[in-house]
Amino acid sequence: MTPKSQRLTLALLALAAIVAAVLLAMSAMKDQAAFFYTPSDAQRQGLPLGRAVRLGGMVEAGSVRRAPDGVTVRFVVTDGKATTPVTFAGITPDLFREKSGVVAEGQFQPDGRFVATNLLAKHDEKYMPPEMAGKLHESRSLKP
Amino acid sequence: MIAEGGLAALWLAAMLAGLQLLLGVLALRRKDAAGEQAMAAIGPVAIVQGALVAIAMAALIAVFVGTDLSVKLVAENSHSAKPWIYKFAGAWGNHEGSMLLWVTILGAGGALVAWKERALDRATHVATLAAQGAIALGFYAFLLFASNPFARLNPAAVEGQGLNPLLQDPGLAFHPPTLYAGYVGLSVAFSFAVGALVTGQVGPVFARAMRPWVLGAWVLLTIGITAGSYWAYYELGWGGWWFWDPVENASLMPWLAATALLHSVNVLAARDGLRAWTVMLAVVAFSMSMIGTFLVRSGILTSVHAFAVDPRRGAFILGLLGLYIGGALALFGARIGQVRAGRSFAFVSREGGLVVNNLLLSVILGIVLIGTLYPLVAAGFGVRLSVGPPFFQAAAGPIALALVAVMAVGPALRWRSDVAEAVLIRMLWPLVAAAGTFALLLTLAGSMSVLSLLGLSFGIGLIVASVLPVTRRNWRRTPLPIWGMVVAHVGMGVSMVGMACDSAFTAERLVALYPGQATIVGPWRVQLDRIYPNVGPNWSALEARLTATRDGDGATLRPQQRFFTDPPTTTSESAIATHWDGQLYTVLGQQDPATGRWQLRLWWKPFVTLIWLGGVLIALGGALALGGRWFKGWQQRRREALWG
Repeated sequence: MTPKSQRLTLALLALAAIVAAVLLAMSAMKDQAAFFYTPSDAQRQGLPLGRAVRLGGMVEAGSVRRAPDGVTVRFVVTDGKATTPVTFAGITPDLFREKSGVVAEGQFQPDGRFVATNLLAKHDEKYMPPEMAGKLHESRSLKP
Repeated sequence: MIAEGGLAALWLAAMLAGLQLLLGVLALRRKDAAGEQAMAAIGPVAIVQGALVAIAMAALIAVFVGTDLSVKLVAENSHSAKPWIYKFAGAWGNHEGSMLLWVTILGAGGALVAWKERALDRATHVATLAAQGAIALGFYAFLLFASNPFARLNPAAVEGQGLNPLLQDPGLAFHPPTLYAGYVGLSVAFSFAVGALVTGQVGPVFARAMRPWVLGAWVLLTIGITAGSYWAYYELGWGGWWFWDPVENASLMPWLAATALLHSVNVLAARDGLRAWTVMLAVVAFSMSMIGTFLVRSGILTSVHAFAVDPRRGAFILGLLGLYIGGALALFGARIGQVRAGRSFAFVSREGGLVVNNLLLSVILGIVLIGTLYPLVAAGFGVRLSVGPPFFQAAAGPIALALVAVMAVGPALRWRSDVAEAVLIRMLWPLVAAAGTFALLLTLAGSMSVLSLLGLSFGIGLIVASVLPVTRRNWRRTPLPIWGMVVAHVGMGVSMVGMACDSAFTAERLVALYPGQATIVGPWRVQLDRIYPNVGPNWSALEARLTATRDGDGATLRPQQRFFTDPPTTTSESAIATHWDGQLYTVLGQQDPATGRWQLRLWWKPFVTLIWLGGVLIALGGALALGGRWFKGWQQRRREALWG
């Protein structure tokens, strides 16, 4: 092979590799990306069953219950228009408390409950995930 | 006064960076006496610029250590009661300070190129320094106009607001500087590439001059990533060592590009092949560093790393990013036609193996880049989503396995051309080892995921394959760079074994216990002895004493719930007991208000330490290669000096 044609082959190989990467990434993305839901999204669009999603909103006042095993927490996430009951087994983050923001990672169950595998509540008191700030703003502005 | 001195030094350094760029252009344009003078002046200018920005950084450290609360940055990020080491390291535990650290290391890199680099021809050297000046100028502008670290506060604060407690850790003194030094090493490789594009001198000489910088940057990135991963592992208390968080990916992407560059630069240095590709990779590697800086520093991500929330800053860095990457790519497009194609080679050869290595690394890089940027792009279209571990594992995992196979075969290939059948015979032992591990795991541990099963088998096979190149050699005569390759490749295999063991064999337990009660996790019986208060310099804590026992082996662990007052924060301090065959990881949760029991989260993680041991070996391998080349150069210089 002459250097020039080898260079062309390498360039084509690199191009093929990039295309392969994009295709692979896109197909994995379709199955694996966790979309962000608020309780009203879940109500409006139907439950996204069988895939990991994020559920965001406020922990409803007076809704936090601890199960007898001492490690399972049940609470209700609200966005002001709809609510979703959430179950989480684990150590809740330090800033997890009633009437403050939370993002739960996990899956919806057919009965409408949400089983969380992870809770996010940032250490900073001012913290609110950008996606949540937007969503809550929407639902607030939609109110009369 | 110290703060004003620091600011003045920063302004002067910025002007010198501009001068460096101008002198470089002048020196390359004019072939007369003025050009000659410019060429002679550019080196000293770069050195003085490095010294001035170092003075600015020293001034910032001084106001932090002295807790000068009339400086806004200190008042917002420090506290008089903080331990000394965190006052010192706290200088870069915030947006402005970390950007200043960035340009300080950039300035030091430029000064080192001016002072020590002798392998390059003069024109390329000057062009490299000019490019380095151009990069520095942009980041000085960013510091001075959008993130002045020396801004005063009037009136001065009575007390500082303190440092984010998550950052109050010895890791802060270590992780950011090494990572930044790695990023900046890649900026030097980038400047070399720009310099070589300007003068058209892409060849083995250029590759040999660039190689130590790439190697050094790569070693530092490896250390930075390994340290950051261990820090996140013990500090965040989730038992995970890699979260595929965008800021982690921001450090992984330059590492992937640098790994590819490291291998292609060897082809260029040894065989004069892959000329254009190597230049392209140098551009890509530093582009990834800048994208990483942009992701972390722009505030578009919320994480422990994202200090800034000012959107103007994000736009500023994005502008710089577009300017540098776009400029370099335009230069590449315009000039690469002047660079002649290098030497050709057969597909089955060392070069061929390295090309496949580069392609696979590029594919992984592409996947990580897409996964990291996709949520940002989607947000632009009003879709909110996050891309997490499932995506990266599914998409990058199979490619990583293929890459490991190439890693095993590559060192056994001969340069220029080789015979496929012969290579297969050379690969006999690694294949036996991998297949044996696979069969053993299949019979003993039935319920493993495919990825961990293959990861463990491939990892063992890679370790065996990696030591092959030195088994038939005289060890004392084997050059250090060969040892470096062996150690780094073994390290990769060791790390993979650790990752696979962690994901396959980890035992987890989540319980609520009364003091005196015990629970079982993996082979361990863990008893909660008692809970008692404890205090530190700027925190108070509730501490649990846990006694862990297994056959003739024991450990005492003391996880804490720690309360900081400035700013008011609670953190979980995990306690970890390290044994030869793994780590017992414990986290203390809250007290159950109804019953008074304490939550405990326990993990037994067999061989998890291999992950970071592998990282250390990889870095050590790079350091050996670097040391070996340096030693050889030193020997040669001495011989020349002796023989006149």
